[in-house]
Amino acid sequence: MTTRVGVVVFPGTNCELDVVWAVEALGAEAELLWHGDRSVQGVDAVVVPGGFAHGDYLRTGAIARFSPVMDAVAEHAAAGGAVVGICNGFQVLTEAGLLPGALQKNTGLAFICDTVEVEVVSTRSVLTRGTEPGTVLRIPINHFEGNYVCDAETLRALHDDDRIVLRYVDNPNGSLDDIAGISNAGGNVVGLMPHPERASDPLLGSADGAVLLGSLLGDAVTTPA
Amino acid sequence: MRFDVRIDVTHLPGVLDPQGATVERALPALGYRNVSEVSIAKTIRLAIDAESVDDARAQIDDMCARLLANPVIERYTVEIGDAVDAR
Repeated sequence: MTTRVGVVVFPGTNCELDVVWAVEALGAEAELLWHGDRSVQGVDAVVVPGGFAHGDYLRTGAIARFSPVMDAVAEHAAAGGAVVGICNGFQVLTEAGLLPGALQKNTGLAFICDTVEVEVVSTRSVLTRGTEPGTVLRIPINHFEGNYVCDAETLRALHDDDRIVLRYVDNPNGSLDDIAGISNAGGNVVGLMPHPERASDPLLGSADGAVLLGSLLGDAVTTPA
Repeated sequence: MRFDVRIDVTHLPGVLDPQGATVERALPALGYRNVSEVSIAKTIRLAIDAESVDDARAQIDDMCARLLANPVIERYTVEIGDAVDAR
């Protein structure tokens, strides 16, 4: 059966169609999930894409987390379903408490739009199960608040439980421990600042992101609870 | 009763404040070499109808915990003004 991916759309989201294009190119079916929906329509995997949900007012992701669809996303995650937050989606997942920590303004206060190298650390997550540890991927970043922070206890737990999914090879934003992406304890909820959908075809300069999205699609249906 | 409330949301100690750090680096260029501990915070002002100042404070704390501040990186202080009859 074809994997179905739900792509959440808040007012201000702007990467949803790129994600739809990328996952469809990999053979999945994609559908948009409006923020006012109270269901994820039975999809296999949920992607919370990038953009500026609710204008990033107050804090990035702070308003979006109260959208009706987020309760359904949390239920999907609690049942072991795959949830991936990309960029602003990562910020939404931390605000929603589905992932620990927070994303702060970049050190240097620059909005960074660049293609960077990230290294796969954990292969426990739904986004990296199809990869090898140490794999270096070239994927674009595009953010002002990508500087991951958490308390020492949380960082220790991320280390001990193999929940650091991706690290920057050359830290662009001051992120704690070079963290570019993390997962929850189950590995089924992942947040990352790089945009794999923007590196999903050689024409875009890199197809390395397709490796991650391919992992997600392959695992989406079979993720254990 | 109606209370005017001022909430200051600041960074937790130890959490990087990139805006404060940048301003702190800029001030010496203007000759202010005696400035340190620059921090840039958010101020939220609102009016709340509540039974008492304690009731107002409890509701504000709840708002801060749920939305107005992110306890991972921020802390907040609350100032509640004198009650004004809302009618």
